[in-house]
Amino acid sequence: MPDSIPPDSVGLVTPTTHHFQDPLKLSGGETLPDYELVYETYGKLNASGSNALLVCHALSSNHHAAGYYDPADKKPGWWENIVGPGKTINTDRFFVVCCNNLGGCFGSTGPSTIHPLTGKPYGPDFPIVTVRDWVISQARLADVLGIDTWAAVIGGSLGGMQVLQWSMDYPDRLRHAIVIAASSKLTAQNIAFNEVARQAIRSDPDFHDGHYYENGTEPQRGLRIARMLGHITYLSDDIMGEKFGRDLRDGKIGFDYSVDFQVESYLRYQADSFVGNFDANTYLLMTKALDYFDPAGHTQGNLSKALAPASCEFMVMSFTSDWRFSPERSQEIVKALHDNSLNVSYAEIQASHGHDAFLMKIPQYLNVFSAYMHRIEQEID
Amino acid sequence: MLDLTNRPDLVIVADWIKPDSRVLDLGCGDGALLSHLAHHKRVNGYGLDLEDKYIPRCIHAGINIIQMDLDRGLAEFADNSFDYVVLSLTLQAMRHPEKLLEDMLRVGREGIVTFPNFGHWRARVQLGIFGSMPFTKTLPNTWYNTPNIHLCTLKDFEFLCKTLNIHILEHQAVDSEHRSNPGLKLFPNLLGEIALYRFERG
Repeated sequence: MPDSIPPDSVGLVTPTTHHFQDPLKLSGGETLPDYELVYETYGKLNASGSNALLVCHALSSNHHAAGYYDPADKKPGWWENIVGPGKTINTDRFFVVCCNNLGGCFGSTGPSTIHPLTGKPYGPDFPIVTVRDWVISQARLADVLGIDTWAAVIGGSLGGMQVLQWSMDYPDRLRHAIVIAASSKLTAQNIAFNEVARQAIRSDPDFHDGHYYENGTEPQRGLRIARMLGHITYLSDDIMGEKFGRDLRDGKIGFDYSVDFQVESYLRYQADSFVGNFDANTYLLMTKALDYFDPAGHTQGNLSKALAPASCEFMVMSFTSDWRFSPERSQEIVKALHDNSLNVSYAEIQASHGHDAFLMKIPQYLNVFSAYMHRIEQEID
Repeated sequence: MLDLTNRPDLVIVADWIKPDSRVLDLGCGDGALLSHLAHHKRVNGYGLDLEDKYIPRCIHAGINIIQMDLDRGLAEFADNSFDYVVLSLTLQAMRHPEKLLEDMLRVGREGIVTFPNFGHWRARVQLGIFGSMPFTKTLPNTWYNTPNIHLCTLKDFEFLCKTLNIHILEHQAVDSEHRSNPGLKLFPNLLGEIALYRFERG
């Protein structure tokens, strides 16, 4: 808990929920008759509406990108390092919007929401939504907020995929796209990791084919393993070595199956803090959204062709030790963008933190990101 | 906008580039050339550089910069996608200069290179008379710690161009202050400290 809320924080924030009455036809063929999105905003929208930024969240995060709900909160929003007054995404100058994506478990309509017809949670019957569906719902949120064109749409990881989708689907509604530690599609290895995570959840006896809410249970064991696996892949071998090495928790090995090494303790802690805060069905859904994302799937694998409709300017960033969304994946995106003669800059940040680097305060990352944000700032009136 | 005060060689390069063209600047540094071209000649394009420090500077200057190692080659750039591909004071640091030259003319219609002339009289005196590796204003590194692994003279470069069937369109040699003079025009390989070439496929 911070002693007091730091001055470079957006401070206390309150989420807002909007109920959308317009049915949303989803990529999978089903239609959501109506739905809710919960979102937060920081900063003030200027008179011309030219200073709006959309921040898209990754797999397990949500609309709470910055600030605190309560002075007693242990942790601020997930991108507190980046978003705030005077920070890289400067809320003194920009109006920042972040929503919990459809299928989420933090207030937007998702598997744990009560189905209006059955009076029971959707559970596994909640349709799988895709990155494209999210972007449509985010565009509708922009309409509600009176934002015609985003100064920039910004996101890391799965959030970066949403940014790419925005640039293709609504080229006239954003001026800049900031794509961080992303990929235009998952590799087989990546899909494999997701499948192991899903199997861990689905094979938990408490899963009940996704209808666990009615049983008053939760597939906590499965979700814990899924989270541990995810965490290993979000870090690099180097950073794990640096953070934990072979350090022992109690100074000696126990010759039993309890926690010996610090890294085990860390993984258990991460798992503990995840369960109870995250819905297993949402985890399944989000990993599917990741797996399905492949804009070049409609253009015979030609990403340049897929990105042809895009017209905004791009900033692409990757991190050297990120093996889950490696620099090569970002380079593919950059190639497709300059194939289309689009304005694009690309930075490959030296960092040992692995995929999670996009959440960290890494000096070169902040320098590059801030320089680009400054460029956007010059254009707003 | 960045100016070219410290890089008069780039003033000559900028003069060679026609307005409204597309330029790929290899080893673009802080983006001075592209920034100058964007403001004076409506030129658009990309700068490539590997150095961390240049990335925010180029972004700040409004230049498209792509961070990459030039030794990786230009494979990711499509054929004939630029009017000019520029390589200033970097050729001598490349692992495969000859491959890069060919790649430049695959990607661009014309190539422009500038490099420190190893045939300059001062370098010749230091090596030929005093017997030690040249150490000059344009070659300011010790032999054991230098990025310049493929130094050449104007004559060497022109011979390579002939071998690679590269047609030289224009060339100039300047002193370390990047000025030209009648003597330099007469004996460029002896008096020129920096060589500049514009070329196309032969």
